[in-house]
Amino acid sequence: MSDTTRAKAARIATRFTESSHPRPVAGGGLLTRRAVLRGAVAAAASVVGAAHAEVPAWAAPADPWQKRPGRPPSRAGQPSVHAKEIERTVYTREGDLAPGNGGSFTPLHLLRGTITPSALHFERHHNGIPDIDPDHHRLTLHGLVERALQFDIDTLQRYPMVSRTLFIECSGNSFRHTVAKPAQVTCGEIHGLLSNSEWTGVPLGLLLDEAGVKPEGRWVIAEGADAATMARSIPLSKCLDDVLVALYQNGEPLRPEQGYPVRLVIPGFEGNMSVKWLRRLEVADGPLHARDETSHYTDLLPDGKALQFTFPMGVKSVITQPSPGWDLQGPGYYDVSGLAWTGAGRVEKVEVSADNGATWAEAELQGPALPYAVVRFRIPWRWDGTPVVLASRATDETGAVQPERVDWLRRYGPTQRYHCNAIQRWAVDAEGRLANVY
Amino acid sequence: MSTDAFLRAVAAGALTAAGLACAAGPDLGKPLAEAEVALLAISVFPDGRGLPPGRATAVDGVDAYLRHCALCHGTRGQGKPGPALAGGLGSLATKSPVRTVGSYWPYATTLFDYIRRSMPYDAPMSLTDEEVYGVTAYVLWTNGVIGRDTVLDATSLPGVRMPNRAGFVNAWDEPARR
Repeated sequence: MSDTTRAKAARIATRFTESSHPRPVAGGGLLTRRAVLRGAVAAAASVVGAAHAEVPAWAAPADPWQKRPGRPPSRAGQPSVHAKEIERTVYTREGDLAPGNGGSFTPLHLLRGTITPSALHFERHHNGIPDIDPDHHRLTLHGLVERALQFDIDTLQRYPMVSRTLFIECSGNSFRHTVAKPAQVTCGEIHGLLSNSEWTGVPLGLLLDEAGVKPEGRWVIAEGADAATMARSIPLSKCLDDVLVALYQNGEPLRPEQGYPVRLVIPGFEGNMSVKWLRRLEVADGPLHARDETSHYTDLLPDGKALQFTFPMGVKSVITQPSPGWDLQGPGYYDVSGLAWTGAGRVEKVEVSADNGATWAEAELQGPALPYAVVRFRIPWRWDGTPVVLASRATDETGAVQPERVDWLRRYGPTQRYHCNAIQRWAVDAEGRLANVY
Repeated sequence: MSTDAFLRAVAAGALTAAGLACAAGPDLGKPLAEAEVALLAISVFPDGRGLPPGRATAVDGVDAYLRHCALCHGTRGQGKPGPALAGGLGSLATKSPVRTVGSYWPYATTLFDYIRRSMPYDAPMSLTDEEVYGVTAYVLWTNGVIGRDTVLDATSLPGVRMPNRAGFVNAWDEPARR
């Protein structure tokens, strides 16, 4: 290609790019979510066109792995050896004293899409993960029912099952967003007690109907077979509505840390209630007032009173790319992308700001926003290389809007760590590094 | 009814207990006898339902508490390295609320229920019912809720008035079914 031809091609490419250059829709470089995909593709095509001019250093007729046979098939796949760092971050509450009292965070900043790989689903255990022999396991349903019933796993497998994509969020998710100074850790370590899976199981209502709930029955107490024998009380109306007795996660049997062989999944409610290793269901006329619904998982207010039985998780969103742990590579185009969800059902919209909340633009929700499932949002952004602050704000189908952090804090006592759905801000410095800011 | 229609009906809540159980349900659950259920039913409710026979005072509970609980919770429930069980009275509306059994928990029965099902941490369900009554009494005594010689049993435990009994606001209104 001659110099003249190359210059002409570059001019055309520039004009082409500019003509399809999407317009800003809010401050800080946010671009219209509608036009940009086509524009970006066009821009990318023009770059490819221009690349004919010189042969880049990395280019070769073939890569090394094209020149020797690869590995044979295997019984179970593993992540690429180059993606080994995509792992959960583990924490314990009391260290070696109680190693099973802790959890692990999903690395939200390293994942895309909406489904959390089963191996990366967050964990929260109160006394470790049991290794349950399914042949030995029984689920007992009793209490205020006409017939007390027991189910083994093989029997449950014969029941009609449904599959639903549902998020589970620990009530204590984002506790690091409630503390006085912004924690400088990854997005996953702040908000990663949230995961989203396809759960398959038997509708609990089916089992309750078979047992025949007596008219005085109003709550169902669920109990796990772990060393904490953890118990929670669940309103009967919810149990009859959409609670799943789940046996599968993302198509495979539950992982041990997710409750193998059987767990509850309670759409939209705080994760602690989706009792894992489910062993017993007791229909009662009132709640048990178990330790985990009195001492814990209650919300202390400024006046010293505490809210009890605050089940649905609030409407919430967080930008996962870019975010701390996912830094920028220099000025130019980025797809700002994140996750949104609500315990009230469907996410209605997500707005993004790139100027610290001065202006907001509506992001695109990718795919249908399923009820009680995580939806991914995205909005195109052209970073000019100057420091900015990114934030996202979700609204759900009830009209509830994700609150500012100061407003959320004002509702509660100073040590409240549960149900934090406050807006998250990420600061971008001139080097493209992301930081957690209030 | 087809499977699809069946599942839709279940999802829609259209199938009632009376209509479903025999008509269309798989009906595969194994009926359990009362005695079998009794072996499994360990829930202890605020009104005392579920409490087993047995009785103990705080003095009776000292030995079990020191052997099984003190390492984490401190000899007097002061905590460190584990969570504090005592103290914090009157702190809930301050800048540094301390939530313990005495300052926060609304029901004494929860203590029995929790200790019996979950504690001690390294050997859950290893205490006898008498020991659970004793440890419950000891923790309540360290909080000044009962005297050292107060006898706890299935009758007296539900009557123990916790200091923060009126401190909770129910955020969920579960309707009666009829």
